[in-house]
Amino acid sequence: MSETENEVKDPRIQGIKTKIRVVPDFPKKGIMFQDITTLLLDPKAFKDTIDLFVERYRDMNISVVAGIEARGFMFGPPIALAIGAKFVPLRKPKKLPGEIIFEEYELEYGSDRLEMQVGAVDSGDRALVVDDLIATGGTLCAAMNLLERAGAKVVECACVIELPELKGRERLEGKSLCVLVEYR
Amino acid sequence: MQTLISPFVSHSLRLAPPLPRNSLLNNYHQASPIRLSSHFSTTSLRLFNSGAAAASRDSEMTTEDGKDPRIAKIASSIRVIPDFPKPGIMFQDITTLLLDTEAFKDTIALFVERYQGRGISVVAGVEARGFIFGPPIALAIGAKFVPMRKPKKLPGKVISEEYSLEYGTDKMEMHVGAVEPGERAIIIDDLIATGGTLAAAIRLLERVGVKIVECACVIELPELKGKEKLGDAPLFVLVSSA
Repeated sequence: MSETENEVKDPRIQGIKTKIRVVPDFPKKGIMFQDITTLLLDPKAFKDTIDLFVERYRDMNISVVAGIEARGFMFGPPIALAIGAKFVPLRKPKKLPGEIIFEEYELEYGSDRLEMQVGAVDSGDRALVVDDLIATGGTLCAAMNLLERAGAKVVECACVIELPELKGRERLEGKSLCVLVEYR
Repeated sequence: MQTLISPFVSHSLRLAPPLPRNSLLNNYHQASPIRLSSHFSTTSLRLFNSGAAAASRDSEMTTEDGKDPRIAKIASSIRVIPDFPKPGIMFQDITTLLLDTEAFKDTIALFVERYQGRGISVVAGVEARGFIFGPPIALAIGAKFVPMRKPKKLPGKVISEEYSLEYGTDKMEMHVGAVEPGERAIIIDDLIATGGTLAAAIRLLERVGVKIVECACVIELPELKGKEKLGDAPLFVLVSSA
């Protein structure tokens, strides 16, 4: 992997990159899976990851951090706690109790849904969407749509890793994306 | 301080009505909207103690018994949703706690204060709500975070442990090499019910030689006696919902 113009530049990034494990042929042949669990096993690298996002967002008046199930749950809450924002989980179907709104998105074969609780955010909320990785951008788009339908303003999407060849950034329709590491 | 219920007020006609909070609080006896009390009474006999027992529990709670003052706010920020995921279950919804920045911060602080400086190098979190509470604790105490996941989610080599559900079984997996023999661990989940999931997590970690210092949950449903499934591992909870 090499640093490119879309990555955050900071000396801590190199340490973070080396902690991400690439697992070939998972979940199926041809996919080089970006495994962040090894990053979570290194307290310094995990802390640096969170610090880099917190330093960027702490003065942007973000009132809500939305994390996408399940790996967005590992990065979103520490960021939310550090910047004083609420945390909103965006989940697979039927996990959230109470009234929900949902957004469908395309998979390679078929489609899936992302759900958010009614009342979790409203107009006046400035939101950050967090996931471990952006690939095609389908899930992030669904997340942004949910937040905007509920009236929140999505300020930015934040991911640890981007797979630029899958052009997810272009799918975000002008919304800005911040990533720490690109994998080509 | 952000009032717990305010995000939902404008939608109260459509939402599952919020029920009286966990028994730790005076809220148990507060007046609720008329709709709620009739709904509540049909399930209360099965899942909650009788009113008299609850009253005595409440008076125990209001007398000084060493409870941290932050706990009352945390307990009141948890929303109880009836009949989810199926009729008869009073679901303990922690998403409202996550919307209350002070309550969420206090929740993490209470665990961090308990576990820092005790040589704990592993915080294991059970998918998926354990992923929300585990990492902030791990970061604050300088431990690694290890996700304990449903089958086929972890990409590398795993070890797995089966556990019982009400109907059938499920499996929990952990990456080989995530932890080492001799490490000291805590296991985090949002809630302990029957204890089956936590017991599986304990078995997985003990199989590779890790010492379980404690299991930690935000909420316990003591009537389900989950504590008894944990063997020698102690249990620490912030809120007990009977």
